[in-house]
Amino acid sequence: MPDKLLLFLLLLPFVGSIVTAFLWRTAARTLPASLAGGVALGATILTALYYPSVTAGKVVRFEVGWLPELGLNFTLRMDGFAWLFAMLVTGIGFLVTVYARYYMSAEDPIPRFFSFLLAFMGAMLGVVLSGNIILLSIFWELTSIFSFLLIGYWYHNANARDGARMALTITGIGGFCLLVGFLLIGHIVGSYDLDEVLAAGAVIKEHPLYLPALILILIGALTKSAQFPFHFWLPNAMAAPTPVSAYLHSATMVKAGVFLLVRLWPALSGTFEWFWLVGFAGISTLLLGAYFAIFQRDLKGLLAYSTISHLGLITTLLSLGSPLAAVAAIFHMVNHATFKASLFMAAGIIDHETGTRDMQKLSGLFRFMPYTATLAMVACAAMAGVPLLNGFLSKEMFFAEAVETHADSVLDRALPYIATLAGAFSVAYSIRFIHTVFFGPPPTDIPKPNPHEPPRWMRFPVEFLVFACLIVGIVPSLSIGPFLSTAVISVLGPDTPQYSLHVWHGFNLPLAMSVIAMIGGTALYFALHNYLAHAEDGPPILRHLRGQRIFERILVTVSWKWARWLEANLGTRRLQPQLRLVAGISFLSAFVPLYISGFEARLPPLSGVDPAFAMIWVIGMLSALTAAVVAKYHRLAALLMIGGAGIVTCVTFAWLSAPDLAITQLLVEIVTTVLLLLGLRWLPKRLGKVDDSTTFSARLRRLRDFAIAVVCGVGMSVLAYAVMTLPVPNTIANYFLEHAYTEGGGRNVVNVILVDFRGFDTLGEIAVLGIVALTVFALLRRFRPAAESIEVPEQQRIQNAYDQDQPERQEGDTVRDYLLVPSVVMQWLFPVVITFAIFLFMRGHDLPGGGFAAGITMAIAFLLQYLGGGTRWAEDRLRILPLRWIGFGLLVAVATGAGSWFFGYPFLTSHSQYLTLPLIGKVPAATALLFDLGVFGLVVGATVLILIAIAHQSIRTYRVKTVPKTEDA
Amino acid sequence: MELILSLGIGIMTGSGVWLILRPRTYQVIIGLALLSYAVNLFIFGVGGLKVNAPAILADGVPVSDYTDPVPQALVLTAIVIGFATTALFLVVLLASRGLTGTDHVDGREQSQ
Repeated sequence: MPDKLLLFLLLLPFVGSIVTAFLWRTAARTLPASLAGGVALGATILTALYYPSVTAGKVVRFEVGWLPELGLNFTLRMDGFAWLFAMLVTGIGFLVTVYARYYMSAEDPIPRFFSFLLAFMGAMLGVVLSGNIILLSIFWELTSIFSFLLIGYWYHNANARDGARMALTITGIGGFCLLVGFLLIGHIVGSYDLDEVLAAGAVIKEHPLYLPALILILIGALTKSAQFPFHFWLPNAMAAPTPVSAYLHSATMVKAGVFLLVRLWPALSGTFEWFWLVGFAGISTLLLGAYFAIFQRDLKGLLAYSTISHLGLITTLLSLGSPLAAVAAIFHMVNHATFKASLFMAAGIIDHETGTRDMQKLSGLFRFMPYTATLAMVACAAMAGVPLLNGFLSKEMFFAEAVETHADSVLDRALPYIATLAGAFSVAYSIRFIHTVFFGPPPTDIPKPNPHEPPRWMRFPVEFLVFACLIVGIVPSLSIGPFLSTAVISVLGPDTPQYSLHVWHGFNLPLAMSVIAMIGGTALYFALHNYLAHAEDGPPILRHLRGQRIFERILVTVSWKWARWLEANLGTRRLQPQLRLVAGISFLSAFVPLYISGFEARLPPLSGVDPAFAMIWVIGMLSALTAAVVAKYHRLAALLMIGGAGIVTCVTFAWLSAPDLAITQLLVEIVTTVLLLLGLRWLPKRLGKVDDSTTFSARLRRLRDFAIAVVCGVGMSVLAYAVMTLPVPNTIANYFLEHAYTEGGGRNVVNVILVDFRGFDTLGEIAVLGIVALTVFALLRRFRPAAESIEVPEQQRIQNAYDQDQPERQEGDTVRDYLLVPSVVMQWLFPVVITFAIFLFMRGHDLPGGGFAAGITMAIAFLLQYLGGGTRWAEDRLRILPLRWIGFGLLVAVATGAGSWFFGYPFLTSHSQYLTLPLIGKVPAATALLFDLGVFGLVVGATVLILIAIAHQSIRTYRVKTVPKTEDA
Repeated sequence: MELILSLGIGIMTGSGVWLILRPRTYQVIIGLALLSYAVNLFIFGVGGLKVNAPAILADGVPVSDYTDPVPQALVLTAIVIGFATTALFLVVLLASRGLTGTDHVDGREQSQ
């Protein structure tokens, strides 16, 4: 078989899942079921065909690069063990789809069910076939997620929701621990490849990080396999539809944990820590699960606890660290999957036919469904370990291993007794299942009064599995023998021990233990018979100690109480404390590293101060300080002051040889001032000084803020001074300076960086600009101004009143004539400013200017028309369509970038040359110029859109909104 | 040069921080404007201050004589984006004033 088909095998269920999901409109059950069944059958056949490629320790590998920089490859790997598991996953998956076709009711959303089921199958195959441990943990998480979706399939049912959430929380936490453990293993081994990990067992066990890695991986495996103390999610997961329980919670997903233990067995097992951790979990689970199972009233509850117990048995076997025990563990995984899946399906049939799963209500069903009853009895006997059935063989192997001494300790010496006791318990609950459900008087208190045999094909999967139990139980070496041997060899390699799969091994100690368990279990059941017929759900005394309740209490504490406490004590919805925190953290994050690294402030030399520059900055500082003082009550003054500070900034740029920045700053200063002026129109005056500085706490607050401001200011000064006086190292600047002309074809290095070297950044920035402009536009469409500012402004009212008083004037004349001369000049300036914008744009590549500056200049040209003639006048004459400018700019920029693909270069590679035009002369014609055109267009559009959107508010009509009284308070 | 500029940056930062800690929205917008001047100047200053240095490539001038173009390119886009965010904040401020009837940053006067 070709290796590439492994990928196909893995993808097949996922594709099937997506296709099935698209059938969501159909009400029919057969179509989605046959689709899912076909996919599952196809996957089974495909898997089966791989068998010749995995025998005798051969491995099929498929590998493609995934994140090669991190040493991660998408590796699929199938060996004998993976093959055996893949057969279980696909084969039982197929049987479950057949069964589910008849189990699910027509009212249920069938396609959703089969879609999830197939997706789960894909995830499980992924776990089994992963050849990379990181990939494995990803599929591992996927199984948790699909298990969540399947348990919660009947989400109208609160139990289903709770069970699903609990399963996801527990297995999700486990999955996270597993990932961390895998990362540790990867760190130890130096590779995430499964083959390399398996080969590095000795290195791993010697490493100091072995124990943490082991514990984390065990948490992952034990949560998934519902081992004590994480077992409680599995009984709650029984709220899932029964096919899901049969598939996920008996045959496959819960096996993922023990699968992983076997998978990593060569790498991790055999140490003292392994024995104690795994053994303790396994033995307690084995015993507790079996004990709890006896006392369940719910059929599925009994089976769930029995599953927990059997998984504990497998875990116990794996803890022993002997190869023979590993063989028994693998064998029991297969056996358990067969009989437990069939039992779940039988329980589902009983539930389906009678409407209840309560064993205190069920009774005497043998007369109604003898065929199903017989099948269930055989499966139950396999579960109890009756000879001539598959469960017997692996149980005998377990008993034999329990008797052997592996690691001489209390746990090891007690194991034979514990094993026998657990065996007796399992006989007791198996008999209970059979005896209460199928024998005795006919049931009197069941929701569906006339139970009968299920449809032919609903029974088929049960028949098939029970038949398999029998075949394996009677002629093991002819049926399961070769496959088991293939699987075992792939795990144990040269350590593979001699083992025999015969039914009869003579009179020996394990057989004696079996007999004791049989007799003891039967006696125990009949002793408890009357008690069980009326008792509450759950084992005596221990029923009060419920893992579920502890889990919920922890959940409430962590996610509610602690969260509330943190929110109440550390959180605030007020902006000022938040900003105070931001300021404080910013200061500390600059200060602490400097302090630790031994930063020393040097005394500044007072020489070399240019008096003119100093004078300019005296103005700048005064402007900043004045703005800080007056911003509360004198908004216009504050606006003028920051304008002053802006101009000083602009002059500084010019003074310090940054003409591009000076131009841009100046232009942005203009639009910002206009913007804020337009905004002031809608910000009502603050009437009357609220005297809030008198109370002591208010003064204290102001003092604290003042201190923060001073500290930040001083810190920034020192930092800026230190940075500026440090000798500038040989920075990347030299690279740009050397290559700007040769490669970018421009002499203005700043512009070349923007449109060429770092063009992708600029593309991102103009996109942000466009988004902000659109957001402003959208916010203003439903703008409701403050009620106080809706009236015509005071100044206009005075002017209009004046017009009305004068007989020869009409109302509005004064407003229209206001600043008439400047407005005519502004209108005349329109072409001039546009020409200037084009000039700035064209020279941008070689001289100060460029798309940003030109774009804002162009926007100012439009703005002047609005200022000079008024909004209505300007819009009668100009249709600007800023949204199209934005779209045009972005498209041109992206298209320029994409254009370089046609020439086989990466995105945004530029090409430059000079064209000679008549009259004008040599013109630079770099493709970067086209990109700059995009920048230009977008800046024009964004700026104009923002300003016009605000300006437009003045000509909208507003209804005076009555502010509710409560908001005034 | 460096001394004056760093003092200026400090004063602008201090005024800006003081203003953004104030309770009125307009104070915060003015404070942000001042802070952005200070930060732009600071980033610009990282490249070192050079008076009368050539900014445009000319033949025969050694590379070390030019001003550092990288911080300038960074600041140039920052100036334009600063305008956009000021506009966004202004609109939010106005909408908040209209909706809540107060210009307090939390949308309601503090009950002390």
